[in-house]
Amino acid sequence: MKKFGNAGFYLLLVGIAIALPQLLNLTSSGKYQIHILTLGMIWAIAALSLNLILGYTGQASLAHGAFLGIGAYTFGILLARVGVNFWLAIPLACLFTAFLGMLVGLPSMRTRGPYFAIVTLCFNFIVFKVFENWKWLSGGIQGQTVPIPSYLGQRSVRYYLVLAFLILVILTERQIVKSLLGSSFIAIRSNERLAEAVGISTYRYKLLSFTVSCFLVGLAGALLAMENGQLDYTVTNYFYSFYILIYLLIGGVATLSGPVVGAVGIFFLLDRIKSIGEFRNLIFGLVLIVVIIYFPRGIVGGARQFWDWAKRQYAGRRGGVLE
Amino acid sequence: MSFFFNQVIIGIQLGSQYVLVALGLTLIFGILDISHFAHGQMYMIGAYLLYIVMVLGGVNYWLALVICVAALAIAGVLVQRAVYRPLRGQPHINSFIAAIGLILVLETLVRGIQPNSLTVPKPIDRTLHFLGMSMEVQRLIVIIGAIVFIILLQLFIKRTRLGTAIEAMSQDREGAALVGISVERMSALTFAIATGLAAVAAVLMAPLAFISPEMGNVLILKAFVIVVIGGLGSMKGAIVGGYILGILEALAIAYISSGYKDVFAFGILIIILAIRPTGLFMGREQE
Repeated sequence: MKKFGNAGFYLLLVGIAIALPQLLNLTSSGKYQIHILTLGMIWAIAALSLNLILGYTGQASLAHGAFLGIGAYTFGILLARVGVNFWLAIPLACLFTAFLGMLVGLPSMRTRGPYFAIVTLCFNFIVFKVFENWKWLSGGIQGQTVPIPSYLGQRSVRYYLVLAFLILVILTERQIVKSLLGSSFIAIRSNERLAEAVGISTYRYKLLSFTVSCFLVGLAGALLAMENGQLDYTVTNYFYSFYILIYLLIGGVATLSGPVVGAVGIFFLLDRIKSIGEFRNLIFGLVLIVVIIYFPRGIVGGARQFWDWAKRQYAGRRGGVLE
Repeated sequence: MSFFFNQVIIGIQLGSQYVLVALGLTLIFGILDISHFAHGQMYMIGAYLLYIVMVLGGVNYWLALVICVAALAIAGVLVQRAVYRPLRGQPHINSFIAAIGLILVLETLVRGIQPNSLTVPKPIDRTLHFLGMSMEVQRLIVIIGAIVFIILLQLFIKRTRLGTAIEAMSQDREGAALVGISVERMSALTFAIATGLAAVAAVLMAPLAFISPEMGNVLILKAFVIVVIGGLGSMKGAIVGGYILGILEALAIAYISSGYKDVFAFGILIIILAIRPTGLFMGREQE
């Protein structure tokens, strides 16, 4: 019964998400909001990808900004310079990002904790410098235009496409987390040595988690390239690694809804306060510090905690039994 | 040949700044186990403070050095109290994330107030000529200043009670607590010293470079590279590593390419960590 209720709730959410662009299309300023929501959902995919490696496997990758950029550029270059079909370019971009992720993971997954974070951040820095200096690759200041098929010219069409991918990514990650594979990831997060002791090949599982994570962030990059229609080397900036981390942490790490709530919510709010410009990073930073100190489980984790607490209180008053 | 030696001297001067920053980081990262990623931003704040005190306040360079070091030491304690103390006992990654928050806060604050890069006048604006080499006096000040502060730090750690307490804590934190060393006070002291050293580096280097909000970003990554390669918590490793990296970098800029100058250090780090996941020299075994 409860499960059914949950399914109904999620269907309602999807229904709202589908109806939203139709409503927004009615007003002129609403059209722009569709674009903002689409970008929010793309960042949600990126946050979900980081969630797999950081939230469930416990390894803080700070290279996701680089992989986002690599995915975006692979996609853009395939479309513009090679002339690959749009629907082929997306999986190719994901696969290529995943492949590079595996290559990076091979050495860096041997390190742990802050070392891994530092190595991945260094990698991100290298990638950024390469894109900045290698004009042929990045297109220099002008950047790289991304020609998309004409039927994707409308904002709402791209919105639905991204929404479909987002749902796909959520369902995929849910399957992974619920499977034996996911349990192995979580075991590594909880106690890597214990996991090793009970026969989990931690290195291989961490590498797998990282590769899949890069595959997903490559998808986010490709969709970002599609939505913006234009790319420049700043897309590989390590600041994006920080942003993805912030969306994930504020939303709620190691939950499936957290990254979506965090990314779409923050991205939407940030757009509202665009007038304060640079200072939004200041708020970002302060919120990040407060969240990590006081609410390490983010909005969704905190809400869930509160919900459990409220339920206990209610059950206690009625003298009932906890389910 | 004199070109080569000139590059080596520039390398030593680059290395001097790396050593000062890396020493502070090795104290915090190696001894307190905090990935204080915002250390580079503290360095940046030090440079801006120098600008305020010296250029806007009209204070003499050497007095400004003292003021900046003292102010940054206090700032270091504040950061430790406000951000890292509440996170003690939590997973490593949490303090790392808090540090990223600090980076965003400090960098945006400075950029919001003063978006343009600034310059600070050199206290002694002269160039020495010696055996066909020419060298600005400020470079000499950086090199000698760094050596002075490295020696002062060593004397402090080895010869004073407080210093030995820090060293004791680096060897065995529980043991140190057992014999009555207050971990809390030592953490604050470590932060004060480390941030003070970053201020020294900033004040020495500022007359040679532009002051900008991003100036600490790459530096802190390099300092991490040095600390990791030199062995966690090993001051000797940080000193040797810092100078070597500085010299290698100066030579790489001169003979290979300047566009990729920052990439070498990180490439080296990735290669070294791939071979030895816990760093080149055994420092403290990581948990």
